[in-house]
Amino acid sequence: MMFRMPVALLGRATINFITQLGSMAVFAVDVVIASLKPPLRARQFLDEIYKLGVLSIVIICICGLAVGMVLGLQGYNTLVRFGAEEALGAVVGLSLVRELGPVLTALLATGRAGSATTAEIGTMAATEQLDGLRMMSVDPIDYVVQPKALAMIIVMPLLGAMFTTCGIFGGYIVGVSLMGIDPGTYLTAMESSIDFSNDIAGSLLKTAIFGVIVGLIATYRGYTSEPTSLGVSRATTSTVVTASVAVLLFDYVITALWGI
Amino acid sequence: MIERTTRDFVVGLFVLVGLSAVAYLSFSVGGVSHVGSGGIRLYATFDQVADLKLRAPVEMAGVAVGQVSGITLDDNYRARVEMRVRDRLDLPIDTSASIVTSGLLGDRYITLDPGAEDAILVDGEEIAYTESAVVLERLIGKFLYNVQGND
Amino acid sequence: MRVAYRPLSAPADTRDAHVAFDDVDMAYGGRPVFKSLSCSFPRGRICVVLGGSGSGKSTMLRLIGGLVRPQRGRVLVDGEDVARMRDRALYRVRRKLGMMFQHGALLDSMSVYENVAFPLREQGTLSEHEVEARVRSSLHAVGLDSIADLKPGELSGGMVKRVALARALMREPVIVLADEAFSGLDPVSIKLIEALLVRINHEFGMTMILVSHHIPSTLRMAHEVVLVLPDEVIQGSPADLLASGDERVIRFLNENVDDPGTVLGRMNEFETEVAPESQTTTQK
Repeated sequence: MMFRMPVALLGRATINFITQLGSMAVFAVDVVIASLKPPLRARQFLDEIYKLGVLSIVIICICGLAVGMVLGLQGYNTLVRFGAEEALGAVVGLSLVRELGPVLTALLATGRAGSATTAEIGTMAATEQLDGLRMMSVDPIDYVVQPKALAMIIVMPLLGAMFTTCGIFGGYIVGVSLMGIDPGTYLTAMESSIDFSNDIAGSLLKTAIFGVIVGLIATYRGYTSEPTSLGVSRATTSTVVTASVAVLLFDYVITALWGI
Repeated sequence: MIERTTRDFVVGLFVLVGLSAVAYLSFSVGGVSHVGSGGIRLYATFDQVADLKLRAPVEMAGVAVGQVSGITLDDNYRARVEMRVRDRLDLPIDTSASIVTSGLLGDRYITLDPGAEDAILVDGEEIAYTESAVVLERLIGKFLYNVQGND
Repeated sequence: MRVAYRPLSAPADTRDAHVAFDDVDMAYGGRPVFKSLSCSFPRGRICVVLGGSGSGKSTMLRLIGGLVRPQRGRVLVDGEDVARMRDRALYRVRRKLGMMFQHGALLDSMSVYENVAFPLREQGTLSEHEVEARVRSSLHAVGLDSIADLKPGELSGGMVKRVALARALMREPVIVLADEAFSGLDPVSIKLIEALLVRINHEFGMTMILVSHHIPSTLRMAHEVVLVLPDEVIQGSPADLLASGDERVIRFLNENVDDPGTVLGRMNEFETEVAPESQTTTQK
């Protein structure tokens, strides 16, 4: 009797979780079908690339630069103890390309673009714009959701590459200009340790998968948010939390499975 | 929102910047395989490759000329290594291949020493003379054994 | 709970009903909105749904549009049951419907012009030139030519409703649904929208189903009133409804009109003004 309640709660939470997962899968299938069917929605798609991508450039580049600089500083201070400061380029490059670039980009994009996407779709639901589309025989998944989800998948690898490039530059600034490592050494150490098919392609694949995750969660949460201002704010919070956790979990799974 | 054409332009610019970041990472940092799919395939059989890895460099006189593209076990329980090297190297057929280590604990790679024959190796041929990897642990083990033996 | 279909006047010929509810149960997440609701909306008439707040008036419109599904019963739109219809078929039925939402539901990323052009562009059967001609003329009809380039966020409530009306009519629907067409508007806007609706109904013979709180304009323009009370539906022409002296009708009016006396006084105005018109209403 004592532990009946907590077990029942766990049971309900499990059922809720699986139900959510199921309806999200159905939603994902709908989005895929909608994006394969004509019309193309090129206008909406470009609009979304602008909103999700262009408007995120500044934050992505600044954060990339900052992370690269910190990596440079920390890496240098640690490596110098072993007399291995020539390896700084490899440390900064590898950690950015394989791990920090994709993950931090996905987390930043979740906060910047994912939350905006949820809020926008949620507001459209709350102000009956989605029902308005339905009444005009336009499927909101096709008109609103699909361009946003697709744009997120396209934008994420591009932002990830920008983040990594800025980070490498940040590490270069600290390592070469501040700590006085030879520029050639920095770049050579990086170039010889990073491999295209292993590291760069994997990094791009990772960011694309994060794009799918963030895009899907953000649109799903917005689409299913309660049509009230409280509901929209809850959905937005939930997007940031769920997508961030999902990105970190999937990061582990992808790394464990494919070693990238 | 800003004007449509301006917006389209900015989006195009964004994609260009993104793609050039990808290209920078791919070509400059990642160094998309310098041999590529061109070059010739050569084989060499070793008693011991130790931890020679796929894509380990193949060098001549310290210059990278290719990379290891496959390691399999042959019927005689020896390791058969496939490597891709640049063509137009015109390696003599008595070229030898050795597995060496960069530094004491560094990565293994293959170094080729050219022979003196006029005939050259062509795509798919086998390098006859090979020198296996030295396994440090075994060497130390052997050394200790010998030391004991001498006592 | 018992809900009855109780026409006070002679029942509208149900075979000619353009939209009808047949024994419909509706609940949101376990909270019942109404039980075994039956009523009908005759073809080509202006029908107004009256009822207290929370009585499920808006839900009725959403049921007709197939935006929500009832737990039980049939919702007939032009002879087809939308309650059990597949999504694809629903999109086809909705081509017959034009809906004006309570708060307009205009797409706020688009200008007024693009909003009104949207249904036509999506339909994709007209050239951009024809679309422009139609949009201009309908914006002119609702008196909004000058604001075509503004965004919905920059409009007043009355303007939003007029744009929503223009958009609802773009695809030339045979049934117009309007949710609270008059709520939150100034008297001038009310008059304007009212006149527009009456004129459109008169010219094109569209069936109109309006949900309203605004009893004076209801009584002025309606051919048929559907009064949704907590456990019953009373349906009939405004004149009949008022003449019946039914205590529930009187109670409803007392509760919902600031000044019942004036309304009751105006009844007579109606009978002379609207009643003859309702007989001559154009049938398609």
